[in-house]
Formats: sequence, structure tokens, C-alpha cells
Amino acid sequence: MFEPVLLKNVDVQDGHLLSAYEAGGGYQALAKVLRQDTPDEVIDLVKQSNLRGRGGAGFPTGMKWSFVPKRVDRPKYLCCNADEGEPGTFKDRIIMERDPHQLIEGLAVSAYAIGAETAYVYIRGEYVTAIRRLEQAIAEASAKGYLGTRILGSDFNFTVHIHRGAGAYICGEETAMLESLEGKRAQPRLKPPFPAVAGLYASPTVINNVETLVCVPHIVTRGADWFRGIGPDRSPGPKLYCLSGQVRKPGLYELPMGIPLRELVEEHAGGALPGRKIKAVIPGGVSAPVIPEHGLEVGMDFDSLAAAGSMLGSAGVIVIDDATCMVKVATRIIEFFHHESCGKCTPCREGLNWVVKVLRRIEAGEGAPGDLEQLDRLCKGIFGNTFCALGDGAAMGLQAALAHFREEFAAHIEERRCPFH
Amino acid sequence: MTMREKIEEAAARYPDQRSAIMPALLIAQRQHGYLPGPVLEEVADILGVERIWVYELATFYTLFHTEPVGMFHLQLCDNVSCMLRRSEDLLRHLEEVLGIRKGETTPDRLFTLSTVECLGACEMAPVMQVGDAYHGDLDIARIDALLDRLRAEAGHPAAAAAPPGE
Ligand SMILES: Cc1cc2nc3c(=O)[nH]c(=O)nc-3n(C[C@H](O)[C@H](O)[C@H](O)COP(=O)(O)O)c2cc1C
Ligand code: SF4
Repeated sequence: MFEPVLLKNVDVQDGHLLSAYEAGGGYQALAKVLRQDTPDEVIDLVKQSNLRGRGGAGFPTGMKWSFVPKRVDRPKYLCCNADEGEPGTFKDRIIMERDPHQLIEGLAVSAYAIGAETAYVYIRGEYVTAIRRLEQAIAEASAKGYLGTRILGSDFNFTVHIHRGAGAYICGEETAMLESLEGKRAQPRLKPPFPAVAGLYASPTVINNVETLVCVPHIVTRGADWFRGIGPDRSPGPKLYCLSGQVRKPGLYELPMGIPLRELVEEHAGGALPGRKIKAVIPGGVSAPVIPEHGLEVGMDFDSLAAAGSMLGSAGVIVIDDATCMVKVATRIIEFFHHESCGKCTPCREGLNWVVKVLRRIEAGEGAPGDLEQLDRLCKGIFGNTFCALGDGAAMGLQAALAHFREEFAAHIEERRCPFH
Repeated sequence: MTMREKIEEAAARYPDQRSAIMPALLIAQRQHGYLPGPVLEEVADILGVERIWVYELATFYTLFHTEPVGMFHLQLCDNVSCMLRRSEDLLRHLEEVLGIRKGETTPDRLFTLSTVECLGACEMAPVMQVGDAYHGDLDIARIDALLDRLRAEAGHPAAAAAPPGE
């Protein structure tokens, strides 16, 4: 039996309070690194653990931290990405609402490693309960000396601020988030320079997802080998999976990285709704290409999903059953990306507008022969030609839906109606 | 605290006043209900930043309203996870019982109905946000009960709770 680590406090009564967190061994990792480790030793430990970013791209965390220049005359910043806008994803919200101290400890240990004295937690504006709980936790932690100056008698000073978002999915893209934090419209920046060198206020900045940061204290207390022993060696660790859609037991599950998608959906989440059959699963939020039912043996880790033509993304697992029209799902996803396109680059802004029109026409039974080929061409025109990964994700997802469910799209055009209506 | 004091407190968290525009707009919107031109200009003056910077943010981010909204803003998620759990039926029902279409406000200014992108609470789909609160696992009976509660609350408006993150 796999023992949950990241979620061990979430169902504890008043688990969001400092007393509960301390009772479960909380802030021991912070005390340990401040007592006995140099910042470089913490970075090395995280490198050895093979922790990869949980925000979507799976970038090795220790490596990202090591890009931060050691000696600079500017302050360094740690930014926590709690924008969680990827449809189908809700893990960061649950951590912040029910175990905010876990995030604060993760922030403190990580900031110590990279040499930052200030962190901004960028939380999407809708997450009012999460914001309140984290504010409360920051106040409690400051009063107890886990935040502030000369933390636990060391030379380490550290402050956490919350920056409340105001809508716009693109704020989750890390450079758009930095623009937003600087008080500008959230449009992605050209890279290089990379944020590790010149990020927030042109200072060295590390951006990490909530779940990435909460892994760090556990790696400190239990060791890099423990972490690497869970799931595939190149993509290890305990992992949060967000199950939603047409499945019996939607919810947040903590299981090893690499668990087969079928086991996750059918055993843990209870499988299809009564009387229905699973048709397809989106494994990593709507940016991740859909996987048809026969592909569910795939392992839920960065490399296995990439090899299967999809991605782990945010691990927002959306289950779609046989009563649902894939054209409708694909249309809704592209409508989302079109709505959220920041407008900076033409292939995304104009291309998605065009794609939405064609898809809506097909779903309404007004599609024409040649429409599917036109969608293929539009996807090719968008993919690889956009400024940030939003446009790529939209095109990749649609290409996969067109490839796996082409007959369904074609049937709409031939029958001049949606066969599911 | 006055609006100015709250904004100045928020601004102290950043090395640059411009960063405080977003929190300041949230504070101003909480105070005024929405963000008309004169409020935007007041925010710019309090922070001592360019007015265009403030306008630019007020129109870019979806949680800022430059037009008034009803007392209760019903924000129903219609993204994929909620759609798969039939949020469309709920939208149709809300439009029917409120007598308005999405994007509109009831004549008594009690309810504004919108559909929104994913609220990040898909485990309880279909979900609707009303004010600060999430309401999940909705069906038509629960929507009706919620509307009744909100109408009753409008009869006895309780003092608004202190907003977070502002
Ligand atoms: C359009 C877009 C939206 C994104 N949204 C999020 C998000 O909501 N949360 C998140 O952690 N990462 C998001 N990312 C990924 C971030 O850019 C970044 O890679 C991540 O926060 C880095 O943290 P990690 O290394 O800990 O994963 C998004 C990326 C793109 C292109
Ligand atoms: S791909 Fe879309 S979201 Fe990204 S920069 Fe271009 S227009 Fe903006």
C-alpha cells in the first residue's frame, strides 16, 4: 500500500492550523536545513531526488535552481505558481486550503536553497478560501518564527507575500506571471533571458508550482533515495492526480508517479458512470492530447505520456464516456484557448478564432467536405509558430482528437447533424 | 481602514508601485462594486502611477468589472469537466427561472448570470461561484434552494466579511 505524504494532513481536523502541522512533524525540514545544510547541499539533494516540476513542463527542479547566479547585487525572488488555471486541475487549491503550512515550509526551504529572502505566491483570484487560509498560516508562521528575520536562530531572513490574480489563464505561464506581478498585462516574455537570470524586476527568479514546492520538505526529511524509489527513476515521486468528468469517484488522489492510467481511472476512481463505457481520457488538463480507451495502459509520468503522444501536464485527468460527443469536447476546449489567448501573436489569436468557427459549424451539423483537412492545415499553421505554449497546446490537442476520433468528426459532416443529439 | 490606507498597505509589499495596481483594483472594486473611470483615476492617483497603466489592467483581467453587476454574481463554470456533468442544463434552468440570458442582470439588480472558465474545483462539478463562495455538486433542486437563500439574504444584508488578499 502506498502511503500518502503530500495529502497526509488534508483530511485531518483543523489540518490547516500550525498546531496540526507541527504535530505531524511540520517545520522539521526547515529546522534541519538551517541547522546542518548549506544552500548548495539542498540544491544537490533536490537534484539527486530527480524531482521534476509539477506545473506542467516537468523541468528538473534542482537544475532550475542551479541556474540562479550565486553572487549578484540584486535581491533574488522565489515565485510560487498557484494560478492553477488549467481546466481539470484542482490539486494546488486543496493543498493551500487544507495544508497551507506545507506550502510555507516548501517555500522557506526552497528560498534558502536559492538565496531568496522574498517570495510571492501568485494565487488565482477565485481561490478566496485558499487565500484566507494561506494568509492565516503566514501570520501564524511569522508569530512562531518560521518566517521573518533570523529564522530559528539562523542568518536566514524570509518573507512570503500573496499576490492575488484577477482572472486570465495566461497568468499561469511563468513569464506572463512575472509581467502580471510587475503590474502589467499578462503577456509572455521573450526568452532568453530566462527568469533564473533576469526575472521579477529583472532580478534572478525561480518560479515553481505549489506541488513542486511541497515535495521539497519531504525530500529533506526522508532523503533523495526515498523519493527516487517511488515510480520511474527519471520521473519519480508521490504525485497528485485530479480526477474529474464522467467517472464514479471524482476527487484528488495521491499515488506514485507512473501508475497506469487505467488503474487510476478504473480502480481508484471507480471507473465509468453506471451503464456507460469510457471512451477517452485527457490525462493532464485540457492542454494534454486526449488518449482513446485502448491507450489507457500508459504510465502517468512525464516520459511515458510524452512517448504516447500526450503529456502529464497538470495531471488533471478528465474522463469522457461513450454518451459524449468528441466534437463537442474538442470545440469547448478550443473555445477555452481562444478565449484565453493573450493576443500577442497572430497564429494563436487569429488561428484559434478560425478553428473555433469551423468546429462550431461542424458540431452544428453545418460542416462541409474539406473542413477536416482545413482543421489539419490550421493546426499545422499554429503548432510550432506561437510565442508561448498556449497555442501549441491547443493545436496538439485538436490534432490528437482529429486523429483518434476522425470518424466522429466525419459523421457530423456526412449526416449534417451531431449524432449524439 | 479607508480605501487609500488599504491600497497603501498593499503597495508596501512590492518594491515598485506599479505592482500594486492589481491589488489596488481589487480593493477598489470591493469598495465600489465595480470600476468606473473615476475610480480608476483615483487608484492611479493614490499609487502615483500612469492612468493608462490602471486602465490597461482593468480591461485585461476578467475579474475586474468596468460595468456594474448585480448584488449576487452567479458564475457558472461551463468548461469541460462541468460540461461533462451537464452544466448546460443548469444554465438553461437559471436562464428560465431568472428570466435573463447569460451576461445579463435581473431588473431588480439582484442577480447577474455569467458562465466562466474552469474554477479549479472539478471534483465537485458542476460548480458555480457566487461572490466569494463555491457551490458544488449542483443540480436543479440545489440551484433552486441556493437562489431562495440568496433572495432571503438580500432581505437582510449581513455586513460583508473582510476580503482576503487585499
Ligand atoms: C499557457 C500556460 C499556462 C500555465 N499555467 C500554469 C499554472 O496554472 N500553474 C503552474 O504551476 N504552471 C503553469 N504553467 C507552467 C509554467 O509556465 C511553469 O512552467 C511552471 O510554473 C514552473 O514550475 P515547475 O517547474 O515547478 O513546474 C503554464 C504554462 C503555460 C504555457
Ligand atoms: S501563443 Fe497565444 S497566449 Fe501565447 S503569446 Fe501567443 S497569443 Fe499569447
